[in-house]
Amino acid sequence: MNSETQMTVDPNGSFGGMQVRSDAVINVRNRIEIRNLDFYYGAGLPKALKGINLNFPDRQVTGMIGPSGCGKSTLLRVMNRMYSLYPGQRAEGEVLLDGENLLDARVDLNELRSKVGMVFQKPTPFPMTIYENIAFGVRLHEKLSKSEMDQRVEWALSRAAIWNEVKDRLQASAMGLSGGQQQRLCIARTIAVRPEVILFDEPTSALDPISTLKIEELIDELKNEFTIAIVTHNMQQAARCADQVAFFYLGELIEVAPAAAMFTAPKHPKTQEYITGRFG
Amino acid sequence: MSSTTSLTGLQMAAAPAKDQATARALGRRRRAVDGIVRWACIGSTIIGLIFLASILATLIYRGFGALDLTVLTREFEPTTYGDPDAIRGGLFHAIVGSLIQTAIATVVGTPIGLLVGTYLAEYARGSKLGEAIRFVSDVLLSAPSILIGLFIYQMVVLPMGGFSGLAGSLALAIIVIPVVVRTTEDMLTLIPNTLREAVVGLGAPKWKMITLVTWRAALSGIVTGVLLAFARITGETAPLLLTSFGNSVTSWDLGRSMASLPIAIYQQANSGFPDLVDIAWAGALLVTLGVLSINVIARVLLRKRK
Repeated sequence: MNSETQMTVDPNGSFGGMQVRSDAVINVRNRIEIRNLDFYYGAGLPKALKGINLNFPDRQVTGMIGPSGCGKSTLLRVMNRMYSLYPGQRAEGEVLLDGENLLDARVDLNELRSKVGMVFQKPTPFPMTIYENIAFGVRLHEKLSKSEMDQRVEWALSRAAIWNEVKDRLQASAMGLSGGQQQRLCIARTIAVRPEVILFDEPTSALDPISTLKIEELIDELKNEFTIAIVTHNMQQAARCADQVAFFYLGELIEVAPAAAMFTAPKHPKTQEYITGRFG
Repeated sequence: MSSTTSLTGLQMAAAPAKDQATARALGRRRRAVDGIVRWACIGSTIIGLIFLASILATLIYRGFGALDLTVLTREFEPTTYGDPDAIRGGLFHAIVGSLIQTAIATVVGTPIGLLVGTYLAEYARGSKLGEAIRFVSDVLLSAPSILIGLFIYQMVVLPMGGFSGLAGSLALAIIVIPVVVRTTEDMLTLIPNTLREAVVGLGAPKWKMITLVTWRAALSGIVTGVLLAFARITGETAPLLLTSFGNSVTSWDLGRSMASLPIAIYQQANSGFPDLVDIAWAGALLVTLGVLSINVIARVLLRKRK
């Protein structure tokens, strides 16, 4: 079921004077394949996503860009079935995770979400200690001894580059952390469950530049282990983080290409207008 | 290009000169209205506070005068008016009765109210059934409490063949439920959906999301609601008249009629004997202090948790 995606990369890609990643792996397995996906927010409402076909290559970062309301966040919320929380919202088509259609009614949503984790726009620490924030998700899916749990918490916080800042106050409330720390805590909480795919929904739009930089470095680091999809309004962020970039407009996928190609030689005029800042 | 030119042309045209006299007149008017609104608010606050302060002052003056160990430790005795050697009575029976009935009512009513409020906020948001339940609960919230007394009288007192502490506790529990429902639902509704999505996004089933995260996030509000309910039933008189009725001796038996502070206050304040009226004042002060101290304790506890 795993088809191969051909990616052509311009090794000397640059975008507006910025360095664009060009280390994309060629010929990789697709972790998620989206086939003819339509999405409706409710009966009688127009399609929010129209016939989307998109692949997410294994252990690569897929950046999703486009003006507000274009459907990029909607697509993210389909990939972990978050929309199922809201009665009336409906998706048609196929979203294949390792070949298995996760839109199937028989899919165990809790198991799915342990495989496809999500980091939200605003940091959402739970009202409990830092340690408990991390252990919460792990306990849902695994039975660990105290020492194993301690190790897992340390591992997750280290991977999210926040261990050194919180190791002396694991029993303090997570609500007391700064916004950037809270967001890294939320990333730690997501990776502690050891998902296969991580969805980032504008993870830095509420953060200052330094915290943003840390999160971007983190995403770069995390893609060694996880397949990543990131929605962003920030073109530079997409250029810095993503291996492949998908441009959405009015619920349609207009263009998808390796980051270098997308920002240096966009094929579609709409894409060109958007990335040069003429609308959006 | 043409639009740019016309915009510049518009900006170039000088704005009409400001009429200073009109501006000053408008300023005076604004300040006058501001003064009127400000003094209306301050005046109303003072009038309200005068009533509150005079009630509290009378309560403290009359209540503290009558409050002593005898009142706290002895049961009801007939009037000692004009007989200095007679044994004075107290409110021990009423304190015990009130504590038993309010405690049972809170313990029974809180979980029901909490679960109904949770149902409304987490499961039935926007559903027709939810709206119907919310409406009924709000009607119950503002229903005269004597009606709840009558209801329990019909459903419990008559079948059981007499007044009982159990019937009183049930009547108070019915008053607790809609208060807890309302505050629980309000507090849970305030919690942003992003928090719920974050919990569910980790693969948590809904019941774990509710019990482990949203309840915890809404805890201080929910506790405040329970305290509000407790404060309200501590002072309820009407529903107890038709259910636990009152008793002049200390009763620990839920199957028989049971005393309570509001009813003891009501009966002794009506007696016409100055010594019994004094005891009623002491009782009123006790109820007030009890509610006040529970509120303060709860606030301190909640602050410590944070």
